[in-house]
Amino acid sequence: MTGPIIAAKNLTKVFGRGHAQVRALKSVSLSLAGGKLTLLMGPSGSGKTTLLSILGCMLSPDAGEVCVCGISAKKAGPEQLAKIRRSYIGFVFQSYHLFPTLTAAENVQLALDVRGERARKARAKSRKLLARVGLEQKFTAFPRELSGGEQQRVAIARAIVANPSVILADEPTAALDGSNGRAIMTLLTEIAREQKSAVLVVTHDSRIMPFADRIIYIEDGSLTDEETGGARVYPIRKSASG
Amino acid sequence: MPLSLKLASRNLFHDRLRFLATLVGIVFSIVLVMAQMGLYLGFGRMVTTMIDHAPADLWIVSRGVKSFDDLSLLDADTGIKALAIAGVAHATPVIIGFSIWRMPSGEMTPVFVVGSDLGARGLQPWNLVEGKVEDLAAPDAVAVDRSYFETLGISGAGALAEIHGQQVRVAAVTDGIRSFATMPYVFSGLDRARSYLGLSPDKISHLLIQVGRGSDVERIRREIQKNIAGIDVLTPNEFRDRSRSFWLFGTGAGAALFSGALLSVIVGTVIVAQTLYSSTKDHLPEFATLRAIGCSNRYIYKVIRYQALLNAVIGFCIAGIVGAAMVRMTAKSALPIVLTPELVIGLFILTVVMCTAAAIVAIARVVRIDPVMVLTR
Repeated sequence: MTGPIIAAKNLTKVFGRGHAQVRALKSVSLSLAGGKLTLLMGPSGSGKTTLLSILGCMLSPDAGEVCVCGISAKKAGPEQLAKIRRSYIGFVFQSYHLFPTLTAAENVQLALDVRGERARKARAKSRKLLARVGLEQKFTAFPRELSGGEQQRVAIARAIVANPSVILADEPTAALDGSNGRAIMTLLTEIAREQKSAVLVVTHDSRIMPFADRIIYIEDGSLTDEETGGARVYPIRKSASG
Repeated sequence: MPLSLKLASRNLFHDRLRFLATLVGIVFSIVLVMAQMGLYLGFGRMVTTMIDHAPADLWIVSRGVKSFDDLSLLDADTGIKALAIAGVAHATPVIIGFSIWRMPSGEMTPVFVVGSDLGARGLQPWNLVEGKVEDLAAPDAVAVDRSYFETLGISGAGALAEIHGQQVRVAAVTDGIRSFATMPYVFSGLDRARSYLGLSPDKISHLLIQVGRGSDVERIRREIQKNIAGIDVLTPNEFRDRSRSFWLFGTGAGAALFSGALLSVIVGTVIVAQTLYSSTKDHLPEFATLRAIGCSNRYIYKVIRYQALLNAVIGFCIAGIVGAAMVRMTAKSALPIVLTPELVIGLFILTVVMCTAAAIVAIARVVRIDPVMVLTR
């Protein structure tokens, strides 16, 4: 695909009514290209999660449009949005959201099962992916038997097992220590490079800035700044001009 | 095993206490329905036991007779009139009625006397465990069921007692011929039954009609009905239906059994619905995660339905074991619980329907789930 994998135009989202009304996003436009890792940074309440929800087709904007791989999510119903997520998007969550009653391999396999993939093939793929994220010894471990870092790696394996065009990660390092956080970011960077996926990481963890190809800042529902840099090599500082 | 089934079963077994509570609800509900319906069948079977064992193609009874044990009488010459109709091979009279049994100790108890021709065409006692039908030809011989020995104050064959002031001797003993009214049946020949009941010789209770080989039963029935006044001519099935209908619905007994069964189903459904709903509610973040990773609603419904089905199958198996024990325990009682293959299949379907209906509440909750919740937790 030559164009942007995700293209968002003039996204506006308002929550509440009257005096309680909050404009979470104010005409935000953004596009994400394949093979790049982008950080979305901003303070709490700035609209990061709302933007991620809309880009991930979990939430519909009040105005504006999101296209994923050329498919517009505008006017799509809940089932159509689910289909877009299933077909193009992989998610990594801050608190992993693994299924406690399933093993690591089954958690990964589940992402293929919901896509209707045959069990034997899905099992083989999920084990391969777990090996890819360094968990070849943990196929049969339940989430409670894994460390935070290992659980997040299982979540990443689940997000990428169906080879999605987009990976959206919500604070993937927030619950991890420094070395586990770096390991996770290294993994996400490699995935962006190898799978040519567009990876968007929502964070306010400045320690992971060196991994970014691009950093977007959001404040009060508007994108305020943007930087590009050499991932993993040079720390990127916020510039005044963008 | 499909992963969706694995997820459903692990979610179900994960919270053992709740699972146990669900099973208890299902088992109680199904066992109650089983008991009510088993009693209904047992009652129905007892009500028609004499009709089931009579060698009749047609029954002639007084007009409007409600059941086998309805004491309306016919004129004895009805048999002669019936035999005059082409195709009627045999018309065998039966006498029934209540009398008093005086025990050797002098105590008295009511009995239900059944008198008939002791040949193959009459209503003979069956399941004989002592003596033979022919033994009943002796002047004072009667047959009783061994389950009533205590009620009748006797210890077995050869015992002496009195009916209606006449000495009787137990010449044959049956097994399992019980009356739902808990009143013992006493079998004897036709004439002696009349004297035990104090009936005149020109009266009978029913006529068993046997048609000639190859005869058209329906035509003969119409002919008898047309030519003899004041009677009903019934096929065994019609007489069974009439007897069941009277005892089960005319008396309200059936309605009580059915309403008990219905209440059990409602209680069971509510219990399963409540536990499935609370289980689903506890697993909402997981269902939201499924939704977030693009899972269709159909897949989620499948997981919930699997949970409901697992509840149904496991609950039904346990209820089946309890039911089998109830059948064994009540087999020799006045009102045994009867489980037929049809009832077992029907109860399984009912259990599945009940659990599936209960799952609708849980599904209704999941339909409203917002996948965004996985980002905010």
